[in-house]
Amino acid sequence: MGINFRKETFRDDFSFRNSPEQIRRFPFPFHEDSYMYAVNIEPHTPGPKNTVFEHLIDVDEHYISEMEDRALVLAEDPLRCQSLPHMTLAGWDLLELLMTQKAESYPEHFSLTRDGDNWHWINRPLGIDDRFTFGDVSTLPYGPMAYITRQSQGDFCVLDQRDGNLWMDAGIVTTQADWSLDFDIGMNFFEWHAPVPLAHDMGIFNRALKFLTNIQQGQPARRFNWTMTINPRLDTSPENYHKWGVDRTTVTPENVGQKVHLRVELQTFWRLPRSNALVFPIRCYLIKMDELVTSPKWARRFHRVLRDLPNELAEYKGLTRYRQTVVEWLSQYDDGAPTSSGFGPD
Amino acid sequence: MTAKTILSRPVYGTLSPQPGRNHLFVADAEGAAAILDMAKATPEGFFADAHIMFVPDDTGTNYVEAVKSLQPARFYQGPTIAAALPRLRQTLATAHMGLRIYLAGSEGLIGQAMQAAMEAGFDPSSIQTEHRGSLARRVQCVHCKGITENVTTQPVTCSHCGLLLLVRDHYSRRLAAFQGVCINAEDPTESPQAEEIFR
Amino acid sequence: MSAGTRKIDVIVTDVVPVNELVKRFHFQRTDGQLLPTFSGGAHVVVEMRDDDRTRLNPYSLMSSPLDTRDYTISVRRDDTGRGGSLFMHQRVNPGMRMVISSPVNLFSLDLRARKHLMIAGGIGITPFMAQTSQLAGDAGNFELHYTCRTETLATYADVLKGRYGRRIHLYRDDQGERLPLEQLLASQPLGTHLYICGPAGMIEWVRRTAAEAGWPDDTVHFEHFAAPQPGKPFDVTLAISGKQIRVSEQQSLLEAIEAAGIDPPYLCRGGVCGQCETKVISYDGNFLHNDHWLSEEEHQSGRKIMPCVSRFEGKSLVLER
Ligand code: FES
Repeated sequence: MGINFRKETFRDDFSFRNSPEQIRRFPFPFHEDSYMYAVNIEPHTPGPKNTVFEHLIDVDEHYISEMEDRALVLAEDPLRCQSLPHMTLAGWDLLELLMTQKAESYPEHFSLTRDGDNWHWINRPLGIDDRFTFGDVSTLPYGPMAYITRQSQGDFCVLDQRDGNLWMDAGIVTTQADWSLDFDIGMNFFEWHAPVPLAHDMGIFNRALKFLTNIQQGQPARRFNWTMTINPRLDTSPENYHKWGVDRTTVTPENVGQKVHLRVELQTFWRLPRSNALVFPIRCYLIKMDELVTSPKWARRFHRVLRDLPNELAEYKGLTRYRQTVVEWLSQYDDGAPTSSGFGPD
Repeated sequence: MTAKTILSRPVYGTLSPQPGRNHLFVADAEGAAAILDMAKATPEGFFADAHIMFVPDDTGTNYVEAVKSLQPARFYQGPTIAAALPRLRQTLATAHMGLRIYLAGSEGLIGQAMQAAMEAGFDPSSIQTEHRGSLARRVQCVHCKGITENVTTQPVTCSHCGLLLLVRDHYSRRLAAFQGVCINAEDPTESPQAEEIFR
Repeated sequence: MSAGTRKIDVIVTDVVPVNELVKRFHFQRTDGQLLPTFSGGAHVVVEMRDDDRTRLNPYSLMSSPLDTRDYTISVRRDDTGRGGSLFMHQRVNPGMRMVISSPVNLFSLDLRARKHLMIAGGIGITPFMAQTSQLAGDAGNFELHYTCRTETLATYADVLKGRYGRRIHLYRDDQGERLPLEQLLASQPLGTHLYICGPAGMIEWVRRTAAEAGWPDDTVHFEHFAAPQPGKPFDVTLAISGKQIRVSEQQSLLEAIEAAGIDPPYLCRGGVCGQCETKVISYDGNFLHNDHWLSEEEHQSGRKIMPCVSRFEGKSLVLER
């Protein structure tokens, strides 16, 4: 039984929505009724069936449409995919990781046959059937990182590790929450996180860096982050902020349910074997408020989290203009009853 | 002095002599004074292995003679930073390990010379820097990618696409520029008054 | 969650005497699968089960990262150490099953380098065997300078010369050949990175000379695993687990903690990675610090110890473990 891929858009008419099964597997990120910025890294091990952790690299019903959106973004702005010259080897590592994971987890959709350096890759959902020589850039239509990430949901940052720090030296970023790869490429861990408020005071970035630089092969880790997006728009880049920024002023009590989305990022961290680099896939999941409130527990909890969020964080996440409207709308689903601990819907 | 605001904002130090076989100085305007101050503490003969590239700009002409009197092995005086950069790149392309780099003056000069050094394989952490003089910024418009030079106001109009930009402290060494982001994207009718703050 | 190493079951497929001091060991996975891919400079920790005690020693992988059907390491016999190398030389034979860790790289190439200049001393050649294979496979620019005591102890010099010709330079002590270090360091193009692996004295000499010649720290890479030293036995209280342990003469503190059934994190077991760092709750006596991880001040403070390589002498030691 394969995945039922949806045909939908993340721009113009915004026809994106989640099927009921997809809503049930949504990675709701709050395990209690309040939220503090924290790093909270845990081992990325396969989880229960029908969750986004079932496979280490998740492919879902939005796959084909997300890849079409990515192709549109790249055609408009090729600077969203860049790799500094020393990162090509890491690109091959990433290609191997994503191909082997996908082929193993979804054999009905992807297949990889290897004969030494001669590889044969079939991606059925996207209609790709390519033979190439592993390690030889001239045998692929794009560089190895670009080739495979045009076939993989989520943004990817590829980090070089040196001098006890991590350097954002390659990446493909078309579904970002408001940061620019073109600007941040070449920065170290502290520099690219510099605009995050509160974090440095809490000293957590030092600990996070120490943890990340020690991640070993075969032992990936993960954490969540979240923000909100008006309209199911994947490309909320600063590059196009002058085009989508006005969306934030269009929220009314009548359209909250359809227009306002919780946007959850599942960030995972993997050591790459040949290059000793670290890859940091950032997978974005969107859910409409109307879809979220189909779980009474999520509705209550998200109301409380959003209501009590410190202003500085709300400002950083760009929620200020519409937070109050959304909180009021959500309050109709919060009867004050206690919520059970943990992430899942009741 | 430049205040430390966020962690991507560069911090500059005070030039000090480093062990090495050759020494390359690049300075503009008041940056020359940083070289002269450092020269008070350098060992005998230090400048015999030095190459000084200096762009006096409007405010640095008084320093030219004093810098020459350090008797560097090579001295170059250029009219603008842009004019000096090809020469700097060529110098770096033929240099050997053991070369040390010292940059002094405006942030624009430090940033662009560092960019050339990085392209030649130099790690920024091994470069000596000292900020003197103007606080004017180079700003990359995140929307159109054009760089506006000598920005002294907040906000500033992008000299390429015309959007009104908030100048952030977020800085890219690779681009040698601060980030500019549209300040009124959420409500294009807002138009905050520009204030002169980077001087 | 702490980082740590994963274990791999392997079988010894070959043991090859290379010269009077060095033997080479080949490992394959017992399940016949490929071993994990690795990057040049990586090491594995080999578990040696010697009757009632277990030693774990790190060894650099020297096989090509491009071929992971087997892993190879080379071990130089050390007649005065704690016996790990003697165990490998005397007890390990083809067909034997062993456990090794997944590869960990604490000595990786800086791939930004315009050129890689490598300096090896003695058995310090092993990580360069893998690094040169990796670079050669990718048309990388490198040059290797290798110092050894005698021609016969120039382990793998012939192999390297056969592969890379003039990029390999050999200096034999007994022939009066000397590495012309200053000259070498003065003639490298900008963007060169320097890698050193060998005896402590050599590493220090090259690092000092490079610093004086103006090589920035970030361009100088070195690997020096400290070997745990034997020493007088001492007693330790492990406060968290509530255990009293004795560290015997030939045991490291880390091994003694493990022998008590506790599983502290480690990566290198050579005092360089920082993983095993342990807080000292109280002590009465002297620390014998032997690591390259803690700062001088931390060594003086009496608040931290790296149990993989450091020891203690005195009345009492209580650790947060
Ligand atoms: S295990 Fe690496 S320092 Fe002790």
